[in-house]
Amino acid sequence: MAYPDQYNQEISNNKAVHIYFAQAIPLITYIDQSCLYLKEKKCRICEAVCKNDAIDLHQIPEKMTLNVAAIVLSPGYDVYDPKVRDEYGYGRLQNVVTGMDYERLMCATGPYEGEILRASDMRHPHKVAWIQCVGSRRDSEGDNSYCSAVCCTYAQKQVILTKDHNSDAACTIFHNDVRSYSKGFETFYQRTQKLPDVRFIRSYASIVGEDPETQNVIVRYATESEGVKEESFDMVVLSVGMNPPADYQGLAEKFGIEVNCHGFCQIDSANPMATTRPGIFVSGAFQGPMDIPESVFTASAAGSQCGELLNYRRGKLTRERVYPSEKDNTDEEPRIGVFVCHCGANISRVVNVPDTVANAQTLPNVVHVQEQLFSCATNSMQQIVDTVKEKSLNRVVIAACSPRTLEPLFRDTLREAGINKYYLDMANIREHCSWCHAREKEAATVKAQDIIRMSVARSIDLEPLREFDLPVNKAALVVGGGLAGMTCALSIADQGHEVYLLERQSELGGTARKLYSTLDGKDVQADLTDLVRRIYHHPAIHVYTEVVITEATGYVGNFVTRVTSERGATVIEHGAAVIAIGAEEYKPIEYLYGKDERVVTQLELGERIAREDETVTRAQSVVMIQCIGCRNEDHNYCSRVCCSHSVKNALKLKAINPEMDVAIAFRDMRTYGFNETYYREASHQDVRFIRWTPEDPPVVDAGEAEDGRPVLQMVLTDPILGKKLVFDADLLVLAAAVIPPKGAQEIASLFKVPLGPDGFFQEGHVKLRPVEFSTSGVFLCGMAHYPKHIPEAINQAYGAAGRALTLLSNDIVTVSGAVCEVSEKSCIGCGACDTVCSYGAIELRKTKQGQKAVVNPVICKGDGLCNAVCPTGAIVLKHFNDREILRQIDALIPESIETK
Amino acid sequence: MMCSGRVDMAHILRAFAKGADGVFIGGCRLGECNYTTHGNYHAANLTSLCKKILEHIGLNPQRLQIGFMSGGEGNLFAATVDDFCKTIKELGPIGRAGEISPAQLRVALAEVTRLVPYIKIVKHTKLTARLEDAADYDNHFSLEEIEQLFGEVVSYYIDPAKCQACMICSKRCPVEAIEGGKSQIHVIDQDKCIKCGTCLHACPSRFGAVTEIVGDPVPPPLPVEKRTILRTGSKGNKKNTPTKRALP
Repeated sequence: MAYPDQYNQEISNNKAVHIYFAQAIPLITYIDQSCLYLKEKKCRICEAVCKNDAIDLHQIPEKMTLNVAAIVLSPGYDVYDPKVRDEYGYGRLQNVVTGMDYERLMCATGPYEGEILRASDMRHPHKVAWIQCVGSRRDSEGDNSYCSAVCCTYAQKQVILTKDHNSDAACTIFHNDVRSYSKGFETFYQRTQKLPDVRFIRSYASIVGEDPETQNVIVRYATESEGVKEESFDMVVLSVGMNPPADYQGLAEKFGIEVNCHGFCQIDSANPMATTRPGIFVSGAFQGPMDIPESVFTASAAGSQCGELLNYRRGKLTRERVYPSEKDNTDEEPRIGVFVCHCGANISRVVNVPDTVANAQTLPNVVHVQEQLFSCATNSMQQIVDTVKEKSLNRVVIAACSPRTLEPLFRDTLREAGINKYYLDMANIREHCSWCHAREKEAATVKAQDIIRMSVARSIDLEPLREFDLPVNKAALVVGGGLAGMTCALSIADQGHEVYLLERQSELGGTARKLYSTLDGKDVQADLTDLVRRIYHHPAIHVYTEVVITEATGYVGNFVTRVTSERGATVIEHGAAVIAIGAEEYKPIEYLYGKDERVVTQLELGERIAREDETVTRAQSVVMIQCIGCRNEDHNYCSRVCCSHSVKNALKLKAINPEMDVAIAFRDMRTYGFNETYYREASHQDVRFIRWTPEDPPVVDAGEAEDGRPVLQMVLTDPILGKKLVFDADLLVLAAAVIPPKGAQEIASLFKVPLGPDGFFQEGHVKLRPVEFSTSGVFLCGMAHYPKHIPEAINQAYGAAGRALTLLSNDIVTVSGAVCEVSEKSCIGCGACDTVCSYGAIELRKTKQGQKAVVNPVICKGDGLCNAVCPTGAIVLKHFNDREILRQIDALIPESIETK
Repeated sequence: MMCSGRVDMAHILRAFAKGADGVFIGGCRLGECNYTTHGNYHAANLTSLCKKILEHIGLNPQRLQIGFMSGGEGNLFAATVDDFCKTIKELGPIGRAGEISPAQLRVALAEVTRLVPYIKIVKHTKLTARLEDAADYDNHFSLEEIEQLFGEVVSYYIDPAKCQACMICSKRCPVEAIEGGKSQIHVIDQDKCIKCGTCLHACPSRFGAVTEIVGDPVPPPLPVEKRTILRTGSKGNKKNTPTKRALP
């Protein structure tokens, strides 16, 4: 029986017995409610055919009691259902889909295996439109008033992928503000805009209906030049937003927590992981609409807070994993097993896997070849273990994906099978082949076979390697005593670790010292004072101010950092380091800033509001200009916080004097998430919002108001009316960009971590490792990573603490065996290796046979530069030695040059 | 491999020797090393050296290229590789359009490969330099320099008249290229020798038996039967007394 497949948005069918989706964990079949037996007590065919008697149709729900000290709620979100409003035509018009439907349509494991087809005629749509803010930013019944925070960028991603599928496709995005506020989003937006046949149209768009013949969807929208237009599209994608989990009320009742007016978890902006009930934490989008990196911050952060509660029991329930003893295969002939992964359809859709298997069988030393649907699935890995034992394999080649993600997993599989984990080689036939040659199936198959042949050749020369266990110094160093650094330091210290907190200035607090309230009305200074007090009272936190870091050496678990501070020179030994050096406000050169005292930045305005300065309280009109110093060539990113910051200050001004004229000149109002509420509130309170474009920026000059008082006048062309508007300002407030902190480059070099193209610190992985660097043992939080609001900085600070604890709570850390080694006999002591190793891993020692190089394997990072410069081949990078590499080269081009 | 700085000159030469029509090296963007060692600068130096060597032996240097990009720039990588493939397709298989024939190439590459250790030593400084301006890479090495490099290759030779068969040099030789045991006049196997000069420095100055020969051919080795040294004088005195030899 076939039923609509829920995972594929019910676009295609599935059976009652099925796997949920191709990468599900665990990857096992189950029976869902569409089963005829469960519904009508009929059928039972599956029971009869299962040879292993594995089907039990009589299972009933079981109640389990678990005693826990803390609970983390991560129920995620639900996707907005546009059926609640008929106007979207969803479910009524065949070629109207949601963003989630479209996501599945594009996916290789989707309903049509990656073919984007429209429902009415199963043809590839050529002209596709996206309508933004469906169900979001709307006051109407059934819609959400908040901004869903992710749709602008996901729609852009879908446009890019659509163009990848079909470079001729014409894509149109109907949008309101384009909210590209996160790290890298602005350049992503630019990349989308630059694609041919991509239009961004700033207009509300409504669906009029469909063409009865073609079933094309007709969209009505307004343009600046041509007025209201109707246009037909082959397909319309509704960029639907986020709803709270469907059963949020049940969830709230069950756990005894409160939810906010939108149905998301009620949180405290001073600790967004805390629910209203102590011991119950929240992570992910149940906090509110958020993107993947924020979701990962909060996950590690909730973990850290559980750690604070449960520190006294840490490790009590852990059991050491026991591996079978490792066989010594060094004297054996290589016996290679090759496992070719389909990766669902990711590989097999392009590469002919059976052919590839047959080809691998002909390679020297290969004694076993098989294909697997997902080599990374639990059952497949068990199969690998069993096969290694059964066929006495001593080398394993996994022809699948990039080693970057799954190599550790497969190495573990080899350990389970009782052979050294360095006897593994991964042939990357997905990223390096099927994904980039989707349209060249035959050539891709040949390439996959080349890659596997090279891998097999290399594996012949692989050697078993030993890894090193290092002790872990239990102390942490936190660089930067702002809100993020202090929060992180406290969380680490509360889990039983000594923390050295370094601050460049003479006082703790960072940028938060210049902030007086959050958008939701929290008193920042009061919270800050309390935080500083807790820092100084904490017995495990050692604060150093006026710090200059003079040297940072060492490695994961064993760093040595030398500083000078108000306490003099200090040497700090620590196992982990957290970089939390914050960011700065850009000092504008625009709009008379610094020349006319009526021009201030938003931070300065906040400070004047707090001390009830007369220039503020007596002002009759205030004008704010957004995007000063960013979203331009110098700082090609969005500073993320300024729109909300300006709205906050505008509301404060209105509170001081409701009669005050407040105008905000913006490019896109990026009050994402729940901050949208305050934007709407400001509009209600008659704050005027006028858009400007970079082609026609506002102009400011000194002038005179109608009543004759001297003012600054901002002249701006309204893009909708096309008219020049003049605004008088007693105070002109510039939303100055957030820029990377001074000294970022020095800190980056000291701790050997990178900066990104925008000058902020570059995390290990933008989505998946957003609070740590690729340099082991070094973590990141706060605005040093990217501009962010206080609650977001706190999320990330706890997140960094959580990740640091995964290192600090261990007694040992294991370092790679793929490091360099010197064969003393071949070393001529020339020192070439030493000159290229900036890690200082090489030492030249005097011996009877002259000077010889020695490698400290713990410091060695395995880049192998020394190997490349060594004239005699004495220094060798293990696992990437010349024999292995040359074998790969030879295998790629098997016929010699003469036979050509 | 883990870093473009791990690319060895021998890898590039091997690929061409095996019949590759082009070699592309991809590395991180300059100044954005994933390590702190900035090996991509080394790869850039190596590429410019190898390009000149290819040109010197009669191959189009465009057959070797390097590109710098970040792991997140998949589209740039694809475009760069597509461009490179296009270039190579236009050049066609090795041996066309005034290039050296594949058979000659193989001989030439074998000769250069033999000199890889020597080139690493004499060009170490330039190979590990960090040129900040990408435009400078084209002229980092000149053709004249390559001609000089191959024209003035050094060889090491042990003068049989001076060798005391003390085995100091043979023990130090990293590639075991020095034949001759106790009381056997030492001879350098020129095929094995990597020209590192260790023997020259190891030979005690009072013997001075090892000499460096630049450009000129190395004298033929002493026949094996004539290498034995007959020592005279008391045992205790042996160390300091020049030995007499059984000369023909």
